[in-house]
Amino acid sequence: MTPVVALEGAAKTYDNGTKALQPVEFAVGAGEFVALLGPSGCGKTTLLRMAAGLLAPSAGRVRWWGEPALPVRDPRRKLAMVFQSPTLMPWARVADNVRLPLDLAHVARDSADAQTNAALALVGLTEFARHFPRELSGGMQMRASIARALVVDPALLLMDEPFGALDEFTRYKLDDELSALWRGRALTVLFVTHSIHEAVYLATRVIVMTARPGRVIADVPISAPHPRTSAFRGSPEFAATCARLSAMVIEASATVA
Amino acid sequence: MTVSERAWRLAAPVAVAAVLLALWQAAVVAYDVPAYIVPSPTRIAATLWQDRALLLASLYVTAGIALTALAIAIAAGAAIALLFAQSRIVEASLLPYAILLQVTPIVAIAPLIIIWVEDTRAALVLCAVVVAIFPIISNTSLGLRSVDPNLLDLFRMSRATRWQTLVRLRIPSALPYFFAGLRVASGLSLIGAVVAEFVAGTGGQGAGLAYQILMAGIQLNVPRLFAALVLITLAGIAMYLAVGALSRGVLARWHESELSTTA
Repeated sequence: MTPVVALEGAAKTYDNGTKALQPVEFAVGAGEFVALLGPSGCGKTTLLRMAAGLLAPSAGRVRWWGEPALPVRDPRRKLAMVFQSPTLMPWARVADNVRLPLDLAHVARDSADAQTNAALALVGLTEFARHFPRELSGGMQMRASIARALVVDPALLLMDEPFGALDEFTRYKLDDELSALWRGRALTVLFVTHSIHEAVYLATRVIVMTARPGRVIADVPISAPHPRTSAFRGSPEFAATCARLSAMVIEASATVA
Repeated sequence: MTVSERAWRLAAPVAVAAVLLALWQAAVVAYDVPAYIVPSPTRIAATLWQDRALLLASLYVTAGIALTALAIAIAAGAAIALLFAQSRIVEASLLPYAILLQVTPIVAIAPLIIIWVEDTRAALVLCAVVVAIFPIISNTSLGLRSVDPNLLDLFRMSRATRWQTLVRLRIPSALPYFFAGLRVASGLSLIGAVVAEFVAGTGGQGAGLAYQILMAGIQLNVPRLFAALVLITLAGIAMYLAVGALSRGVLARWHESELSTTA
């Protein structure tokens, strides 16, 4: 099957000579939940932005559904991105923020409103549709941001450390909600995180990266069945996988330092 | 802001003014200072009342010039900022001239403007515009560029047009900056109007407050000089408060600068 997104020897060197990312080779298939795991400065965000078509690789290429990523392609194949911060427009109400991608695509108001309400219901924010972002907690703002991504019914959902700034309780809750959405809506997710636990808990596959130079050092399938629960977090299998990934990152960093 | 805090914020500066005015009055009486050197506050108030017809007519002229200039500065300043936002090259080529206009003292160019522009009122308005426009241009163009880069990415991924990005993202992002510029510009428009009136020295029918100050100074009518000064100050405060109220009305629901502390 054609992968949803494929990076073929994609690398990024910035104009000032900074090598952000060594050539990367990997693909994400339909329905996969792939976590990009690594320490700060390993090029995770660079990689995600290349996968999103926001950043052109300086070598190699990116393909979506087997076609060159740029220029813009089939409008049915939608990408959506969730950023590190909620990235909501502070002047617009929650519902207007969520509806934004539809408004920009000139979707008729009635159907846009219906889709917006559906997306708000998915993340449990129906009651807060008329609120302004700053009236919401950090976790609720992130839910609104996820609703905005889901409103276009994306074929590929790209997430850049979406829960990194949240407290651990909220983070676990949103991890579970995201996992349920992924299963329920057959999403394909590429998820950047620096949390080993989060990567192992959520993903079907973890791509391990390391810094200086930014590169991919391993591609580890996580075979535990979904849905996963907090019992999985306490299992020996979970602990062993986390320890193995952690060792990989430390070892790779040590050889450079 | 609670009611008591609101009252307190109003009462405190009023109390300071009352104390200062009382000291002033007492000093003038105690040292028997003649009114043509320093008039007492009560004398100024009396003059304000006596000369009200003359002074209010002049206030009307000066405030009219300042408000017209402010309106033009807003429209032209915002338009220029939008032009700057279209391309870095346009901004880089034109910004130095905006700065040139800003750093040249208005007193130095006002005589030229008054010579070149036949209609005196138009010349005065133009002088005030020259003074007031720069904070609008610089703040608004800063605001149009100070957009959350993630939101810009989101707009790119949603394949937004330039126009959509401008109207839905850049302009709302720029509003708080614009209002900060407007606050400065409202004061400057009045200063510009007064300075230009001084240079032009227009008397008669269209005499503004600056002319009254000029004349009162020559005639050593210092109480009237002070009375005109009071009116200019009050006009400036009124404009500042009006702009502040406008800014609160627009930004109240979402921007940090205008949120009440209890929210």
